[in-house]
Amino acid sequence: MDGFLSALILLSNFVIVPSMAYGSQLAIGALAVTLIYAILRFSDFAQGDTMAFGAMATILLTWVLQYWDVSISPLPTALLALPFGVLCTIVLCLLIDRWVYRFYRRVKAKPEVLMIVSVGVMFVYNSVVRFIIGPGDRWFVDGERFIITAPAFKRLSGLDEGVAFKTTQGLTILTAVIVVAALFWFLNRSRTGKSMRAYSDNEDLALLSGIDPERVVRTTWMIAATLATIAGVLYGLDKSFKPFTYFNLLLPIFAAAIVGGLGNPLGAIAGGFTIAFSEVALTYAYRKFLAYLTPGEWAPQGLVQLLSTDYKFAVSFVILVLVLLLRPTGIFGRRSP
Amino acid sequence: MNDSEDYLIGENMTGGYGGPDIIHECTIGARRGEITVIVGPNGSGKSTAMRAILGMLEMREGSVRLNGEDITGLKPQERVARGMSLVPQTGNVFTSMTVEENLEMGAFIREDDIADTMGQVFDLFPVLKEKRRQLAGELSGGQRQQVAVGRALMTRPKVLMLDEPTAGVSPIVMTELFERILYIAGDGIAVMMVEQNARQALAIADRGYVLVQGRNRYTDTGPALMMNTEIRRAFLGG
Repeated sequence: MDGFLSALILLSNFVIVPSMAYGSQLAIGALAVTLIYAILRFSDFAQGDTMAFGAMATILLTWVLQYWDVSISPLPTALLALPFGVLCTIVLCLLIDRWVYRFYRRVKAKPEVLMIVSVGVMFVYNSVVRFIIGPGDRWFVDGERFIITAPAFKRLSGLDEGVAFKTTQGLTILTAVIVVAALFWFLNRSRTGKSMRAYSDNEDLALLSGIDPERVVRTTWMIAATLATIAGVLYGLDKSFKPFTYFNLLLPIFAAAIVGGLGNPLGAIAGGFTIAFSEVALTYAYRKFLAYLTPGEWAPQGLVQLLSTDYKFAVSFVILVLVLLLRPTGIFGRRSP
Repeated sequence: MNDSEDYLIGENMTGGYGGPDIIHECTIGARRGEITVIVGPNGSGKSTAMRAILGMLEMREGSVRLNGEDITGLKPQERVARGMSLVPQTGNVFTSMTVEENLEMGAFIREDDIADTMGQVFDLFPVLKEKRRQLAGELSGGQRQQVAVGRALMTRPKVLMLDEPTAGVSPIVMTELFERILYIAGDGIAVMMVEQNARQALAIADRGYVLVQGRNRYTDTGPALMMNTEIRRAFLGG
């Protein structure tokens, strides 16, 4: 029985808690992707780099605040700088929309064209971020590191294994809950949110109802920029900030959005957690876990790791391919544009 | 027929959707409290003529006047804001939204309290009140048409334009819908309707237009058009 409990705690520590945090980050990113797809009707490949830009803006102010000894310890200072990062990203997205995307909307460009345009925007963001903050790893987390450390957990529970719960993980999960609740409230209850859903559902009828499409588009960019920045900062706090990593996040985020059904907000959340759990669970070495569950002499010799962590992106990719082959509309169905 | 009495009139309209002209020197008017019906064979430009009046196509010639004011240069949304409302033939409800939300979106341009108008729509179509929390996409064809008309009424329009409101609904539902439309016109709204079911539509029409190949062919009161043997033979099937 003790072995079983230890195995469970081991799994919590290395699979469940990290996947919950990672899944929350993916879910928020995928929500932004799905919103843009539902309303602007294209796949925004610049999403990963929008996250990087938002995180960068937040980091810059965080450093200034840290220099000034402004602190909200035990919480990370970055939370204080987050609204500033959100604001910067909103301004950026609105400007890029005005300078780039609006033209393609006016000429009624196909979704594929807009998608390629977003790749161009992605390269621009990418370069801007590297130019300003550099390509290397940046740490900006401060405050209390753990809500509960593994040794403290062991002491409290008297078990052999402990669960470490990082502040950033707790913060990520909590923020995700708040963000998702706020977003769903907005989409389902507020007039502006409903007009966005109406526009996404039937553009022509929305026009006939007097809904201003440019206003809907602006609101969408503002929300997407906010979500991207939050996801980017949470990811950066949890791991570290490196522009290339954010570019790489594009794959799991799109996989998450597509698995749940592009254009479907609920699906984006489910997809985020599906991808995160699969990635972490498939790259975790189960040796110690199995050792707890089996009598001593049965304990496995090898690592019992299905995939090296180097291949974690392959997991999203395989899931993406499987979903596209077997159920192209995603688990929850696509809201067709 | 005195055109100066028309509340809404599209005069000598010529134009199409960027390609060749679909309507030629077409004139269509509507009066408040009356029902205007546009009929004609398939591809005769009935819907196009109505869309032209709402500013949804490129007009090369002609003008549209609403209550004496020239609105030819206005965008469709601006015309909606001035009291024109269209129920398109297809895609006329927000399928992923509830009945109530559909009506709410219909009233999007209004800043005042919409509860009264929603109450009136529910009085007109009682079944919608029952189903107001249901998604419009889950309703039957006839109920959907009611949502569509209800949505268009939410702006409190002065002109209601309907593009084949009875397409694909059963005869019973059609009769019911026409009854409601009569009621709407009785409220002082100018109703303009394009119809495939010409016989039934003309029966309730104060004025009917028969279009052929994008041109006015006959214009008269509904019953008079139905009495015309030539029209009966050519367009009403005997």
